[in-house]
Amino acid sequence: MASKFMENPVIKWVEYRLPIFSFIDHSVGSGYPTPRNLNYWWNFGSLAGVALVIMIASGIVLAMSYTAHVDYAFESVERIMRDVNYGWLIRYIHMNGGSMFFIVVYIHLFRGMYYGSYKAPREIVWIMGVLILLAMMATAFMGYVLPWGQMSFWGATVITNLFSAIPLVGDAIVTWLWGGFSVDNPTLNRFYAFHYLLPFVIFALVFIHLWALHVHRSNNPLGVEAKAPEDSIPFHPYYTMKDLFGMGVFMIIFMGFVFYAPNFFGEPDNYIKANPLVTPPHIVPEWYFLPFYAILRAFTADFFMYWPISWLMSAKLAGVIAMFASILLLLVLPWLDRSKVRSAKFRPIYKQFFWIFFLDCLVLGYIGAKPAEGSFIIIGQLATFYYFFHLIILIPLIGILERPRPIPESISAAVTK
Amino acid sequence: MKKTLLSAFAGLAMVLGISLIGAPAQAEGDTALPYQDWSWSGPFGTFERAALRRGLQVYSEVCSGCHSVKLVAYRNLMDIGFAEDEVKTFAAEFEVEDGPDADGEMFTRPAVPADRFVQPFANENAARASNNGALPPDLSLMTKARKNGADYVYALLTGYEEEAPEGIDLLEGMSYNHYFPGNQIAMAPPIDDDAVEYADGTEASKEQIARDVVTFLAWAAEPELEERKRLGIKVLIFLLVLTGLLYALKRKIWADLH
Ligand code: HEC
Ligand code: HEM
Repeated sequence: MASKFMENPVIKWVEYRLPIFSFIDHSVGSGYPTPRNLNYWWNFGSLAGVALVIMIASGIVLAMSYTAHVDYAFESVERIMRDVNYGWLIRYIHMNGGSMFFIVVYIHLFRGMYYGSYKAPREIVWIMGVLILLAMMATAFMGYVLPWGQMSFWGATVITNLFSAIPLVGDAIVTWLWGGFSVDNPTLNRFYAFHYLLPFVIFALVFIHLWALHVHRSNNPLGVEAKAPEDSIPFHPYYTMKDLFGMGVFMIIFMGFVFYAPNFFGEPDNYIKANPLVTPPHIVPEWYFLPFYAILRAFTADFFMYWPISWLMSAKLAGVIAMFASILLLLVLPWLDRSKVRSAKFRPIYKQFFWIFFLDCLVLGYIGAKPAEGSFIIIGQLATFYYFFHLIILIPLIGILERPRPIPESISAAVTK
Repeated sequence: MKKTLLSAFAGLAMVLGISLIGAPAQAEGDTALPYQDWSWSGPFGTFERAALRRGLQVYSEVCSGCHSVKLVAYRNLMDIGFAEDEVKTFAAEFEVEDGPDADGEMFTRPAVPADRFVQPFANENAARASNNGALPPDLSLMTKARKNGADYVYALLTGYEEEAPEGIDLLEGMSYNHYFPGNQIAMAPPIDDDAVEYADGTEASKEQIARDVVTFLAWAAEPELEERKRLGIKVLIFLLVLTGLLYALKRKIWADLH
């Protein structure tokens, strides 16, 4: 670290008692060596952090004017939009920030899959990431209920009702979740409590995520560990600067939506106040849940993946299990993948299947938004099948059968030739 | 590096594209929506002031008999060029219940600018009772609560057919409309040529009336729109300059590595 700074008597006084300056330096400063070859896909981790901070900040300001009661929630949000100074800005930032957060984290996650960042010794980094994703989903789902529009109410009703598929105790669980016999005021209140709590849980998870990351440091596009000093550069100023630039680009896109298409990711139906007596024609979740929603709905009585287990459980329960399994499976990805080579750059077969899998996820998202009818059902079922086929069968198989291309000796040998 | 950035944007565009075509199919009328040019679309759009005034007149003289705009306050009219006195006079034409007074009695008083637009019916049952059992929805958020809301409301108001097409039996009290989901709507055609006589002398064709009231409703739904777009330009210009500088700095700092 810049030694001038460290010689300042005040800094020295604090550092002697609380070594916070060396901590920062070893975390994101010149004392943190980072592979010299990270590409722009490595910007998305810091962007996720920026998004999380923006969500917490805007959320707390919203909470100052929001009323969690079925009679006032919708109106209190409109008060924020109309009467609170710059309330519309805060709300649109929070609304679109959620979508931005998911875009960034999904890219971050696919980056990890492409470059094999989940492999030893970064399994725990990856697992914490998946837990972050789960916590984000819970947070976003409950947040969407708060404005108490039609989609808030009916989305909450559909999703909480899924738990009724659990044999024997299902209905009791749903009643317990609701705090009553339908989605109502107690439900709204507890969702608000959790929506406020979970982002701080995410914050703690991110801390552990980064703690584990800092032990073995970032992976890189080549997937070979940084060994010699020439392989790395100090995080500051190189990556602080690169991350700042990425943040600028991110903010341009983000603010473009906030100011010029603030309802792009939203549903018109959510500007109608919740009405338990009127069901909207198509209940759709937020876009970032669509692939999982498609997996859930793929499980009908005549779906071939359901046949072998049809004696055991209802199709609905199978769908619910599949939906959760589709995310939980990612936890064991480090052990499903038998290949020692990390980066897809040197895995010609894996690389192709990675992109097919990526497309498959997009198809699932598309199907999730469509009504369950006609060819959409079949396509959704095939895409669902492929999702699991890729993770459970193809990944281990490719890991064993594929002959990877030769890996460079070191990072510096590959990038400075 | 450029290539990866490019593909990052392509990826983003793809995700956005998916969510765009992935927009839920809504129950629709029998005719595709005709799209209009609205003065407030586009990055510099603003609500045409004269149209807003005429729109308020249409709402007050025609729609307000059945529909509320309960999220809008009279004082909000000052944001779109009404003078304070004008707003006071306008509000005073309506009666609101207030109280209890010192004796514990409820009383009525003329509305003041701080009041929200007075609603035509005391409650939902009263509204249904006067409308053959149908409920005229609140219009405060109407243009945001339908897909392509402004175009939809315009099309709805001008999309009536006097006779239902061959083979379709209209239910009692229903009218045929090309754009309403299911085509049978419980709102009789609310406007016709010369349904209002404009204070500013504009010719009151059916289309003109519909345009004006949609302009008013679009403002009622998004009163922040003009401020949002004005501020957006400044924010984006700031961010573009900042990001340009950050990029230059990044290149300079990284120069010794390449
Ligand atoms: C005589 C009473 C009456 C008047 C006057 C009236 N409406 Fe309606 N309106 C209704 C009723 C009733 C409905 C509900 C229709 C239904 O659900 O079938 C309705 C529905 C609507 C809808 C919602 C359509 C939808 O997609 O659900 C809009 C928009 C609307 N009216 C606009 C207007 C406008 C603008 C005016 C003034 C130009 C107006 N109405 C005047 C009674 C009225
Ligand atoms: C709130 C959400 C998240 C935040 C704030 C966050 C933050 C970060 C940061 C700052 C880094 C280091 C920079 C980088 O490599 O990009 C990182 C690395 C990593 N993240 Fe996340 N992350 C989040 C979610 C996730 C999720 C959902 C996953 C996967 C399921 C994940 C998997 C990883 C992995 C494997 C690494 C190490 C990557 C490498 O160095 O190659 N993260 N994260």
